[in-house]
Amino acid sequence: MVDSHRIKPPQGEDNHWWWELAQEGVLSIQRCVACRHLRHPPRPMCGECRSLEWDYIESSGRGTIASYTVLHHPRFPGFEYPLIIVLVELEEGTRFTSQLLQCEPDEVQFDMAVEMVIHEDPDGFRLPMFQPVGVA
Amino acid sequence: MPTTLSDEAAIAGIGVTAFNKQSGVSELSLAAQAISAAIDDAGIKASEVDGLASYTLDSTDEIEVARAVGAGDLTFFSRMNYGGGAAVCLIHQAVMAVATGAAKNVVVWRAMNGRSGRRMGRGVSGDIASSDIIHWSWYMAYGMLTPVSWVAMIAHKYMHQYGVTSEDLGRVAISQRNYAVTNPRSLFYGKPLTMEAYMASKLIAEPLRLYDCCQENDGGCAILVTSVERARDLVQKPAIIRGVSQASTRGQEQMTSFYRDELASLPEMELAARVVYEQCGLGPQDIDAACLYDAFTPEVIMQLESFGFCGRGEAVDMVREGALDIDGRLPNNTHGGLLSEAYIHGMNNIAEGVRLIRGTSGNQPGKAVNHVLVSSGVGVPTGALILGTDRA
Ligand SMILES: [Zn+2]
Repeated sequence: MVDSHRIKPPQGEDNHWWWELAQEGVLSIQRCVACRHLRHPPRPMCGECRSLEWDYIESSGRGTIASYTVLHHPRFPGFEYPLIIVLVELEEGTRFTSQLLQCEPDEVQFDMAVEMVIHEDPDGFRLPMFQPVGVA
Repeated sequence: MPTTLSDEAAIAGIGVTAFNKQSGVSELSLAAQAISAAIDDAGIKASEVDGLASYTLDSTDEIEVARAVGAGDLTFFSRMNYGGGAAVCLIHQAVMAVATGAAKNVVVWRAMNGRSGRRMGRGVSGDIASSDIIHWSWYMAYGMLTPVSWVAMIAHKYMHQYGVTSEDLGRVAISQRNYAVTNPRSLFYGKPLTMEAYMASKLIAEPLRLYDCCQENDGGCAILVTSVERARDLVQKPAIIRGVSQASTRGQEQMTSFYRDELASLPEMELAARVVYEQCGLGPQDIDAACLYDAFTPEVIMQLESFGFCGRGEAVDMVREGALDIDGRLPNNTHGGLLSEAYIHGMNNIAEGVRLIRGTSGNQPGKAVNHVLVSSGVGVPTGALILGTDRA
């Protein structure tokens, strides 16, 4: 059992909307209204066309592991170790840094297919995590 | 007005404090001691120091330092962001100041109670005062809080792509430890590292182990930059700044550039290389020794490719051939580096580069050392420095 002391993501004008959607179970990807370019992490201006107008799409949550690391030390309260951190290549084309669940550290593979699950902490805070495709 | 930064300035003085786990003094005291040592090493008067620059992460203010060491009127002061990326970038600042006449004698420094005070390895939790806090938010919530965790993500991809093994990382750690063993300043003086001990060391952020990580320690280091003409009149043999660059590339994040197409390379270090080589007309074939930034072992391997010492994916062959050792193609971090001498955020690697040019390294290679390459932080906005012997 892990306590609910997970470090909460600092939020400001440019990212709070993303975390609010995550609380609703949505893994969102920011999209430029002008040129349709997808970008993550979110930014106020489009680096492709400098438009300030953006909306978002809801990711399918499907992707593959572009890289990963298994964290052992130091150990912070609110996290379970070994802690598998994955860089997911989402099928929409952007990447997302997250945690891998339902997988032993020595079973993680590069390019492994993964799918998003919404994880909820004991204090109710929700965030998108991933698990190998096909695990129960 | 000079049109390049090549051959405009020289490093005339270096100063270090003792490196240890508990200095017992303030960071301001460490800064003053290191700067004082650099001034004495060069043989100038403290009142001649008219420029000061350090890291944004450094807690010691320029004017506090100036009063402590008895500096004169200051006409140049500056701060550089991005952790260890600041090391060479501060030399870049100093050279610009000297070349333009903004200041005549610039001291750059880093002083840190990095073990007894704020430990870098504890990561970004808690004490954050930076403006890029939103950037870190994407990693903090998942427990990815430490420099080693951010580096591991890129290093793992690189190792997977090019068949680099744990033993290869161990070869880098051991090569640098071998230098530290004979360096009395080093925290690992007289303490060799075997491959067995390396492989038995605990996993920190896979694939990285304890001995893939630099140390956490207390200490200070300062570098004095002045004009080439002035340096020639001073005590030490000048280390001519043949070229110096700053570099950040498209899509750069601080330590977490996970969203660029290519993950298994260091684009900003490639830019730093291109700029510095173009500036002085030198190339990798001209570099005799190096002090490649080494907060973590895989960074050393990847930089061999960034700086063109070999092609993509070939760096591991250089490591296996012993290129980084004292009799190798490119003796690297001959003081032990951040991994094995001490972690002064890269400033002590510049000091060793100067010793190699002077011919005074405790591990001076047998061959002639005419050009030394020094780099600063990996995975952050960074820079490259080429020091040369005085040809005049
Ligand atoms: Zn756009």
